[in-house]
Amino acid sequence: MNIEKLKSAHKLLKEYKYELGKIERGYTNRTLYINLGDNTIKEKTVTQLMKDKFIGGKGFGLYYLWNAVTPDTKWNSPENEIVIASGPVGGITQYPGSGKSLVCSLSPLTGMPMDSNVGGYFGPLLKFSGFDALELQGKADKDVIVFIDGNSGTIRIEEAPEEAIDSHILGEQLTEMYAENEEDKRNISVVSAGSAANNAYIGLLNFTFYDVRRKQIRLKQAGRGGIGTVFRDKKIKALVVKFAGVKGNLNNPADQSSINKAGIKLHKEIHDLDDKQNRMRQVGTANIIEVMDQYDLLPTHNYKFGGHPDTYKISSKVFTSMITQNTPDGCWYGCSMSCAKAVDRFELKTGPYKGQKVIVDGPEYENAAGLGSNCGIFDPYAILELNFYCDTYAVDTISYGTLTAFLMECYENGIINKEITGGLELNFGNSSASLEMLHQMARGEGFGKLAGLGIRNLKRIFVEQYGADPVFLNDIGMEQKGLEFSEYMPKESLAQQGGYGLTNKGPQHDEAWLIFMDMVNNQIPTFEDKAEALHYFPMFRTWFGLNGLCKLPWNDIAPADNKLTEEPAKIPDHVQNYVDIFNGVTGKKIDKNELIVQSERVYNFQRIFNIRMGYGKRIHDAIPYRAMGPVTAEEYLSRQERYDKQLKELVGFNPEGKTTEEKMAALRAYRKDQYEKLTDAVYKRRGWTMDGVPTVEHLKAIGMDLPELVEVVKKHL
Amino acid sequence: MKVLKRKPELCIACHACESACSTTWFKEDNAEKSCIRIKEGEKENVIVSCTQCGECIDVCPVQAITRDKNGIVRINKSICVGCFICVGFCPELAMFMNDEYIEPFKCVACGQCAKQCPTEAISIEQE
Ligand code: SF4
Ligand code: SF4
Ligand code: SF4
Repeated sequence: MNIEKLKSAHKLLKEYKYELGKIERGYTNRTLYINLGDNTIKEKTVTQLMKDKFIGGKGFGLYYLWNAVTPDTKWNSPENEIVIASGPVGGITQYPGSGKSLVCSLSPLTGMPMDSNVGGYFGPLLKFSGFDALELQGKADKDVIVFIDGNSGTIRIEEAPEEAIDSHILGEQLTEMYAENEEDKRNISVVSAGSAANNAYIGLLNFTFYDVRRKQIRLKQAGRGGIGTVFRDKKIKALVVKFAGVKGNLNNPADQSSINKAGIKLHKEIHDLDDKQNRMRQVGTANIIEVMDQYDLLPTHNYKFGGHPDTYKISSKVFTSMITQNTPDGCWYGCSMSCAKAVDRFELKTGPYKGQKVIVDGPEYENAAGLGSNCGIFDPYAILELNFYCDTYAVDTISYGTLTAFLMECYENGIINKEITGGLELNFGNSSASLEMLHQMARGEGFGKLAGLGIRNLKRIFVEQYGADPVFLNDIGMEQKGLEFSEYMPKESLAQQGGYGLTNKGPQHDEAWLIFMDMVNNQIPTFEDKAEALHYFPMFRTWFGLNGLCKLPWNDIAPADNKLTEEPAKIPDHVQNYVDIFNGVTGKKIDKNELIVQSERVYNFQRIFNIRMGYGKRIHDAIPYRAMGPVTAEEYLSRQERYDKQLKELVGFNPEGKTTEEKMAALRAYRKDQYEKLTDAVYKRRGWTMDGVPTVEHLKAIGMDLPELVEVVKKHL
Repeated sequence: MKVLKRKPELCIACHACESACSTTWFKEDNAEKSCIRIKEGEKENVIVSCTQCGECIDVCPVQAITRDKNGIVRINKSICVGCFICVGFCPELAMFMNDEYIEPFKCVACGQCAKQCPTEAISIEQE
């Protein structure tokens, strides 16, 4: 790697000097605006309104995005922005999971605001460099790098023609280039995309942190919704922040002591209980693969089924033996949950980096399920190879897995064939075909390029060009609002169907994951119970994104006596920790109820933002039938006993003597009706009309009746 | 390797060791700033102190904790980021912190406490 040569090819487009900031109670009270079209760099003041109503993180991101775009703005319009922000709590080092960056942009897949929560050091280092958020607007002519030096107060936009595009190389190159020496590398974080993001709509962003033990960069992904595609469309090659001098009190919190106390308490809990609970420190989120299979929740063959006899081949035990053990794998300092697992010295068998030994950041559960079981692939090596290439090429593993599963079902049904795929035999289980399609996506060639447009576009193209049946495609294409579903089988949990369908950005489980509460433990039997859960949990989880926090340390570990509490699913003790650390940093005095209201404000803002962009109504909350029940006889027959029993007991339809088609139709009518009833109940609980529009009264009640919001909703009431 | 050895059955909970330690390292007689702590029990007192086992070395995200050439586990405060994982993960609960400081502290087997112990409940030994 000849770094000097790469560097000497840089051309300075703009340099900007700024006064170093001071962080007061979690806020620098300043954000950074960069326009890549005309190389404007300026500072903006954080207003009291922003702090009161939007808190920070994705709240700030959505706020700036709202001000930047119009209802006509498309993902590739120059005025679309990418906003990256930490949050007031972000950057504390004592409480596990406090280093997240929140990224917002209009999505190429959904046309609506997308938000993504990502680890790595960028957000906290940006804040320590003096900025609560970074707005990127406009488009550069040629590939550029934005460099922020938080110690000298310098920002540079540099043309950078020669560096690699793929993240695992680019991240190393830039870390090497901007660090003064080995010691300095930990002070650098790089944000980059990859070659597939030049073509596909499912491009992601990689955020690095430097792993001091492996002496290599690690990659964490802002995966969902194609923000990496927007990044490359703006011709940004990378963002680099450098800040030396991280300490545990840089947020200048109001009360360090309460933060320390909560943090140490959770460290102890993780130390004492993680081995007995989720084994996050050993295998990260992949710990649940076989559990999902056992409960018929692991998507297999494009969500036809919830389990497979071959799951043992990709169980957490298999991955545990491949993952390097006993290293502090936190994606920010202080995360003792340490889920950022990696397989070291993995030898690639395909593609441009064939033969190289690389670090695979993962596998996370979503990758094993999406790239693996959902595509009928039960080969752990193939999953790791797909995982690696998705990351470095900047492909969202969830969208990739779900759309490949869709394509495989289309292929097996003859909707597409070898001629159309250019020779790819996309049968379930064909990992070589999946890998080749991924390499094509990165090269911008062939069927892989087409696949990168995402399921919504593919459905349209298959209908228009190959005469496919639109009803069937809409049934089996697991996307909603344009975004591919994440990897849980929601068929048997109505609440989870709502957890996927009644979301702001699309079917992603980060708003609500209610399958166990609903289906396994039967804790939320009525529509009202489910609606309450579909109010509380999305609001509670939104709050992580306002503050620069990770969700995992909330409920992937629980205190020993959690089961004895009144509401174990909420993990009341940890909710109190969050109240304590928020108050500890900001000096405010919120309680657990005000915490929910803080989220409600931003959640409703995002809903109204969707409406402003022409979406966000009830019709957009409908989900494909594959998410609700058996589309095909094959699916029905595979769980016939269960479905027959439900017909008899729940639907009041006697299955005896009926054809499978008749039974499927009866079940379908029932399940669709259930989803509508759930939607009614949830809208009511959330203070929305039956068309899904937040009412003015509700906005008043939560203190979010801002004139620009009222103006939008009024047109729809 | 030098280690502080404990014989809790001899401890009379006079807390002289805590005073000696905090005075040595923090110039203050304050048990909350001592690297050795005496927990008074009904039957027996418990002496909490570091065994130099080194588990904290592996959990530190920034490699601020290392074993020196004498086998003593030491914290490099200049690179510590104050996460306190080591405090939560010490099997002896012998990694301490105090809200006045943003880095933790621990026993380095200097022996000042042992010198003050009237019953020889603690002593520095070579392992
Ligand atoms: S739990 Fe995992 S993802 Fe969350 S902050 Fe910790 S290491 Fe990062
Ligand atoms: S502080 Fe604790 S973990 Fe570290 S060496 Fe001492 S006893 Fe072991
Ligand atoms: S508190 Fe300091 S020494 Fe302890 S684990 Fe964290 S960074 Fe390392």
